[in-house]
Amino acid sequence: MSLLFYLMLLFILIAALVAVETKNLLSSVICIGAIGFGASLMFLFLRAPDIAITQIVVEVLGLIILIRATIARDLTFIAGDREFFGTVVSVVIVFVIFLAGIEVLKTLPEFGVAVFAQTTDAASQTYLEEGLAKTGAANIVSSVILDFRAYDTLGEATVLFTSIIGATVILRKKARKKVEEADI
Amino acid sequence: MPYALCFLLFVIGLYCAVVKKNMVKIVVGILVMEYAVNLFLIMLGYRWDGIAPIIDKSYLTKGGGIAEAFVSHAVDPLPQALVLTAIVISLGSLALMISICIRTYEKYGTFDITEIRRLKG
Amino acid sequence: MNGMTIIVKTISSWVKVLIFLFGIYIVLFGHLTPGGGFAGGVILASSYVLLMLAFGRKFAEKNLSLGIASKFDCAGALLFIAVALIGLFFGAASFFYNYLQQQVEAGHETALRLVSAGTIPLSNIAIGIKVGASLFLVILTLSIFRPESSAGKKE
Repeated sequence: MSLLFYLMLLFILIAALVAVETKNLLSSVICIGAIGFGASLMFLFLRAPDIAITQIVVEVLGLIILIRATIARDLTFIAGDREFFGTVVSVVIVFVIFLAGIEVLKTLPEFGVAVFAQTTDAASQTYLEEGLAKTGAANIVSSVILDFRAYDTLGEATVLFTSIIGATVILRKKARKKVEEADI
Repeated sequence: MPYALCFLLFVIGLYCAVVKKNMVKIVVGILVMEYAVNLFLIMLGYRWDGIAPIIDKSYLTKGGGIAEAFVSHAVDPLPQALVLTAIVISLGSLALMISICIRTYEKYGTFDITEIRRLKG
Repeated sequence: MNGMTIIVKTISSWVKVLIFLFGIYIVLFGHLTPGGGFAGGVILASSYVLLMLAFGRKFAEKNLSLGIASKFDCAGALLFIAVALIGLFFGAASFFYNYLQQQVEAGHETALRLVSAGTIPLSNIAIGIKVGASLFLVILTLSIFRPESSAGKKE
C-alpha cells in the first residue's frame, strides 16, 4: 500500500516541476489540472471521500477560470533575464528553508501512526465516540463542520462572499463614467 | 518520508512564486503551495488499515452504541473538516487573483512584472 | 462568447439536468454519505457553467441573469444566519445550537434516516445555494468582461 502512495506523490512532483519550468502558459495550466487530479486520487487512498469529491470539482472550475485568463493573451514566453544576483539569493534562501523544514519534520511521529491516538483526551476521540449520539448525523465530518465547529463554517462563508464581491467589483466597467459626468 | 516529499512540493511552489517574472506563473506557484498544504494536513491524520469516518449500518450495535472496531480504526475527522473549507476558499482567492491579472493586462498590455514597475502611466 | 456545434448542444441539454439532479442529491444527503453543502454547491454551479460553455454567454444570461444570481447568493447567506440565530431562543441559549436534535428528538432512535440530525440538513441546503450562486456569478462576470476589452483577439 505504501508503494501506491509513493507512485502518486512522484506523479504529482513531476507534474509540479513541469508546471513551474515550462515556458508555454497553457501547458503549465494543464499541469495544474494534473496536480489536482493526482491530489484527488491521493485523498481517496487516504480514506477521505468528502475531500476527494470537493477537490475534483473545484479543480475543474479552477481550470476554467485559469484558461479564461491565459487563452489568446501573450502566450509566448518573455525574453530577457532578471538580475542574476537576485535570482541566486532567492534560490539559496529557498534551499535553506527546505533543509530547516526537513529537520522539523523529523520530530513528528511516523507516517501511519495517528497523531491524535497518542495523546489522551484528544478532541477527535470525543467526536468519533459521541458524534452520532449528540448530533444524530452518520457522517462525522459533516457533524464536525456544522455542529461542533460551526463558527469555522460561518467564517468560511464570509471569506467566500467577500472574495467574490471583490472579484465582481474589480471587473466592473460602467460605474466610473457616471460619477465623472455627474460632477460636470 | 511521505512528509518530506510533500514539503518538497511546497518548496517547489515557493520557488515559483518568488523567482518567476510572469504574473500567471506566480499565481500557479501560489496554487501549488495550497495543494501541498492540503495534502500535508490530510496525511497527518492517516492510520494504517484505517476506515473513512462515516458510520454504516454494520457499525451500530444494539442499544444505540457504536462498535469498537469503528472507534479504533477510523482516521482523524478533524483535519478533513479544516481542509474542506480551505479548498473552497482557495477557489475564491484564485478568482480574485485572476481578475487582478486581467485588469493589469488590460491597462499595461503585458504580464511581465518588471515592465509594470517601469511604466508610470 | 459563442456556443459550440450542434452535437455538443444536443448532448449537453440532456446532461445538464442530470448534473443538477446529482448536485441536489449530494447536498440533501450530506449528513449520511460523503459530500455535504460545499461539494454539492460547486456541482450545482458547474451545471450552469456547462450551459454557458455550450450555448454561449447570452443564452445563459437570459436563463439566470447576474441580478438573480446575486440575490440567490445573499438569500443563502441570510438563511444560514437565520438557522443559527433561532438557536439563541432555546435551551442552552448559544449561537448555532442544534435545537431540533437536542430538544425535539432527544431519546428517539433516528440514526441513518433522511429526516434526522436536526439543523444539519438545513445548513447544508443554505450553504449549497450560497456556494453555487457565488461561483456561477464569478465565472459569468469573468466572461462578460472579455468580449468588450480592447486586447481580446479571438473568442
